[in-house]
Amino acid sequence: MSHKNSESESTRDAREFWDLRLYIAGETPKSNAALANLRGLCETHLSGKYRIEVIDLRQNPELAMADQIIAIPTLVRKLPMPIRKIIGDLSNTDRALVGLQIERRIH
Amino acid sequence: MTSTEEALSLANGLPATTETRELPRCPTGVYGLDDITGGGLPLGRPTLVCGGAGCGKTLLALEFIVRGATEYGEPGVFISFEELQSDLVDNVRSLGFDLGRLTAEGTLRIDHVRVERSEIEETGEYDLDGLFIRIGHAIDAVGAKRLVLDTVESLFSGFSDERVLRSELRRLFQWLKERGVTAVITGERGEGGLTRQGLQEYVSDCVILLDHRIEQQRSTRRMRIVKYRGALHGTNEYPFLIDRDGIRVIPVTSLRLDHKVSRERVPSGIAHLDEMLGGGGYYRGSSVLVSGSAGSGKTSIAAHFLEAACRRGERCLLFLFEESPDQMVRNMESIGIGLRPHIESGTLVVHAARPTLTGLEAHLAVMQRMAREVSPAAVVIDPITNLTVVGTRLETNLMVTRLIDTLKSSGITTFFTSLTGSPDAPEATDIGISSLMDTWLLLRDIELGGERNRGMYVLKSRGMAHSNQIREFVLSDRGVQLAPVYLGPEGVLTGSMRLAQEAREQAAAAARRWEEERSRRELARKRAAIEAQLAVLRAELESHDEDLRKLDDQSTAEDVDAEDRRTRMARSRKQRS
Repeated sequence: MSHKNSESESTRDAREFWDLRLYIAGETPKSNAALANLRGLCETHLSGKYRIEVIDLRQNPELAMADQIIAIPTLVRKLPMPIRKIIGDLSNTDRALVGLQIERRIH
Repeated sequence: MTSTEEALSLANGLPATTETRELPRCPTGVYGLDDITGGGLPLGRPTLVCGGAGCGKTLLALEFIVRGATEYGEPGVFISFEELQSDLVDNVRSLGFDLGRLTAEGTLRIDHVRVERSEIEETGEYDLDGLFIRIGHAIDAVGAKRLVLDTVESLFSGFSDERVLRSELRRLFQWLKERGVTAVITGERGEGGLTRQGLQEYVSDCVILLDHRIEQQRSTRRMRIVKYRGALHGTNEYPFLIDRDGIRVIPVTSLRLDHKVSRERVPSGIAHLDEMLGGGGYYRGSSVLVSGSAGSGKTSIAAHFLEAACRRGERCLLFLFEESPDQMVRNMESIGIGLRPHIESGTLVVHAARPTLTGLEAHLAVMQRMAREVSPAAVVIDPITNLTVVGTRLETNLMVTRLIDTLKSSGITTFFTSLTGSPDAPEATDIGISSLMDTWLLLRDIELGGERNRGMYVLKSRGMAHSNQIREFVLSDRGVQLAPVYLGPEGVLTGSMRLAQEAREQAAAAARRWEEERSRRELARKRAAIEAQLAVLRAELESHDEDLRKLDDQSTAEDVDAEDRRTRMARSRKQRS
């Protein structure tokens, strides 16, 4: 099942807008944990300037090849450029922030 | 986690009952590989192909997929962790594999899985479901029966959590088995083991090891079946090569002896030789070896055979490892054997190559390929011994064995010339291959009386009553002539000594004839003399007779005279008285 979450899109800014895509494979504890962790992280650090798109590869398996996905869950930062890719359920917030290069921008 | 249970069951070994039965095979279509694996890879199971860099793993895997799609109607999926799809397509185009066409036809799907360490930050629990989904989707998209993962070990460079990776790989291979695809997993050869990451722990049904080494400046590729569960398999190292048809494994030790034999004879092109072979010549589909020292006339005998076959309209294939085709044709023309028209008409196909140009296996592959393309009635290799400079004696013998095996099974007559080194023991150097030969002609130099002449004899010829005589072998402008040699108290006389002996015999005969003539004349003369004497005596006799007659006549006349006188006297007396 694919469900798009468009949360807090009001303050869209070309430079400071975060377009994130989370790849999961069915509703597993790992993917649920990843989505919950991602939401919390975005609300804390990117409030009002992010969008999360969840792609379930069980529904759209062709996207695994097209988007070069190996591990599940994988989070792709499509914006801001350049594209970044992090894997795992985002339970390690520090590493997630480093991977998404969020911390520096905030401080 | 279920992986611990799986690990335990693998560590303990699976029940023996399931292991003893023969696994069904999936024919690879890779030349020779199915011979040494007893029919192919384990059907529906993963096989590990490992070896060092550049050993041919990727190519073997790719050929497995391509052959499946083109020859067995089994679509395939190639998951490449290293090379881009475009690179793969380009790399194998020279081998005649058109991956673009197969992809368009929907019988092949290539997916390049890019693993970039720098891109991947690990933030918590994860698994490789993404990869599973990709593979599963690719399999479903083309209905794949075959799968390649090349080289799955690349994942180890992209992910730092080895524990997760290992359990995921174990799960992956288990999942592939459940999907029933025959998979080839490639792995890089590691320092202390078959693969760097110990993949053989996960793929336990079949392990093939490839090796690429340089021996005596020559590249040699070898293959070994390290493991094949529940099956007998060749445990030797098999040489293989990569040529324009892909990979060719040479199962050198699998000489079969089940080919059909022919009773038909093929003339040798030399009438006298046919006589020596019990009339008719060689058997069709047999193997003939002509050995002799340098310049003993081996090529000429081969050329005779070729010309005779070509003239009958039989296609022939000639491999030259010593001379260029032009040189050979010219040399044979000088002894009256014309091969050029047959080359021009395509009846005779000549392939000349330097033995050192490629490795032994490559030569064998070329010969087998050409034999397949030309489908000749006879194949001549001149000389087979030149190939020993490329490989060892053993390798050459194995190669010749393999070649004869292939050609014989197609009913092709094979003709080899062999250069023997030592004139003292010419038989010794050929022992390795001579046992494979049905007919062995030996050319020997006979040095006598300050000259060197050629002698030929049939050392063996299976299944025919052949001559045991040594014949003198003369190269004339009408080709090879076999002359009966003079066998005297001092042995075989050849050349001018034979001629001298013949001249002596001729002189003796002439002298005998002259002597006879002389005696005849003498007798005639004596007879004439006697007859002359007879004539003289007869003449004497006649004169005696004559004298006698004269005497008789005279006495009669005298009697008459006396009477007459008396009468006249009486008459005169009467007149006086």
